[in-house]
Amino acid sequence: MSTDLELGLYIFVLATFLGFQVIRRVSPLLHTPLMSLTNAISAIAVVGSILVAGEQKTTLSTVLGTLAVTCSMINIVGGYLITYRMLRMFRKSGKDKS
Amino acid sequence: MIDSFIPLIYLAAAISFILALMWLSAVATARRGVIIGVAGMALAVCGTLLKPEIVSYRWIAIAFVAGTAIGVPMAMMPMTAVPQRTALSHAFGALAAGLVGTAEYYLRTPNLDRFTMGALSLEVLLGFLTFTASLMAFGKLQEILPTRPITYRHQNVLNLALIGLAVAAGAYLTARPEATRLFPVFGAMALVFGVLLIVPIGGADMPTVISLLNSYAGLSAAAMGFVLNNKLLIIAGALDGSSGFILSVIMCRAMNRSFTNVLFGAFGQVQAGAAATPSLRTVRSATPDEAAGILQAASLVIVVPGYGMAVAQAQHKVREMYDVLTKAGIEVKFAIHPVAGRMPGHMNVLLAEADIPYDKLMEMDDVNSEFPQADVALVIGANDVTNPAARHDRGSPIYGMPILDVDKARTVMVIKRSMNPGFAGIDNELYFMDRTLMVFGDAKGVVGDIVKELAVGR
Repeated sequence: MSTDLELGLYIFVLATFLGFQVIRRVSPLLHTPLMSLTNAISAIAVVGSILVAGEQKTTLSTVLGTLAVTCSMINIVGGYLITYRMLRMFRKSGKDKS
Repeated sequence: MIDSFIPLIYLAAAISFILALMWLSAVATARRGVIIGVAGMALAVCGTLLKPEIVSYRWIAIAFVAGTAIGVPMAMMPMTAVPQRTALSHAFGALAAGLVGTAEYYLRTPNLDRFTMGALSLEVLLGFLTFTASLMAFGKLQEILPTRPITYRHQNVLNLALIGLAVAAGAYLTARPEATRLFPVFGAMALVFGVLLIVPIGGADMPTVISLLNSYAGLSAAAMGFVLNNKLLIIAGALDGSSGFILSVIMCRAMNRSFTNVLFGAFGQVQAGAAATPSLRTVRSATPDEAAGILQAASLVIVVPGYGMAVAQAQHKVREMYDVLTKAGIEVKFAIHPVAGRMPGHMNVLLAEADIPYDKLMEMDDVNSEFPQADVALVIGANDVTNPAARHDRGSPIYGMPILDVDKARTVMVIKRSMNPGFAGIDNELYFMDRTLMVFGDAKGVVGDIVKELAVGR
């Protein structure tokens, strides 16, 4: 097994456990914003997309890469914006919306 | 020079994402979480743009503009459309992963080592199946496609055979990456499986399915991280994958069903048996002004919203009713079942949009002890999650499902369009209790009438 793979697997497993611990504490009240935020975070695929689109090695890879950057960008912009919009709606009783 | 700092930029991005999710755990810090999430993403994007491998920014810039032009309107959709929007964005996220995997495959064959190819197969499989599955879920939630589960003979055998074949093709490609002819077939099988996976799934199972798709989209991004040997992708993908997984487990528990049951056991079969016994029992019905009278005499009212409230867009009328009752000194609380609506937390977002304070929105476990003290439990568009049969009737398809103990309130009022059964296709015995009053009509209209009566009565 290569060191890269070994390291990658350790990181994956640790991040998954960390994810379980962190997400378990999120109040059910916020499950919808949680999903839209993780959706925006998973648009991290933009990193791979930018590389494929920017390397311009073949026409096919540039086309696929450009499409992938577009898809990721939709999720980055849309995901963070709607999460913020949702969270702005939550207010405690007795307080005005800010 | 500058590219030696890129790993540090990625590390900072990974930390930002973890903080973003940590701060999202409470309303007070949640907005800060979004801001640091944006910062993390900006770091990741800038760090990548600095890489020396990138020879041209033209197409990247065009894609940024196009993505923003589509992303902004998608963020401005009304809150009632949030489940559809979420399904659609899962589709985009998964498609991006699948496309990058495909591009990497054709760029790198035949110089792919087995391990990289294994990760790549996983990325493409998860990416493409999540893409079509999410589009199907979007279609069902938007009601472009029929929301009823569609079942046919040998459905499960066919689905399992297809996914089995796709996995076998992925394994073969891992062993022999040079088999370029097999790759398109492999991708196509993943796309078709995604469609078939969602065909038998009905509307009320959407909270589980949408969470599961969230998880898959994250896992395909993590697989991309293994292909590109990028730790940031692995961390972000794993966080997303575990989040979606936890949410789907919570949803399954709230319905007392297992994963396999949701994915392979459409409620269709159960329906056929239950519908055979039509009820001849009578119900008591009431008019909106009678309902208003009962509400005025109460001191504690617990409102139980469900998908019907979302469909009727009644949340703003419900807020008006909340205001009138609260001003009259009547305490109003909201009981939220975990699977009410079409995605996790759906009801909370709708009621928050209508400006109802979030400390009045109570989770099932906290509110159930309060029903015996409640003068009125007002059920608006919820059905199966209030059915007492889940507690005692072993023969019922929803037996064992945790429910809101609505039947323990002094008076139960149910606003409902007709006597049609809910998703599980069974009668709700709550409706036949002596203490239950049915107020028939559209949720928005009925609540509006109740508000008018309350305003006159004061």
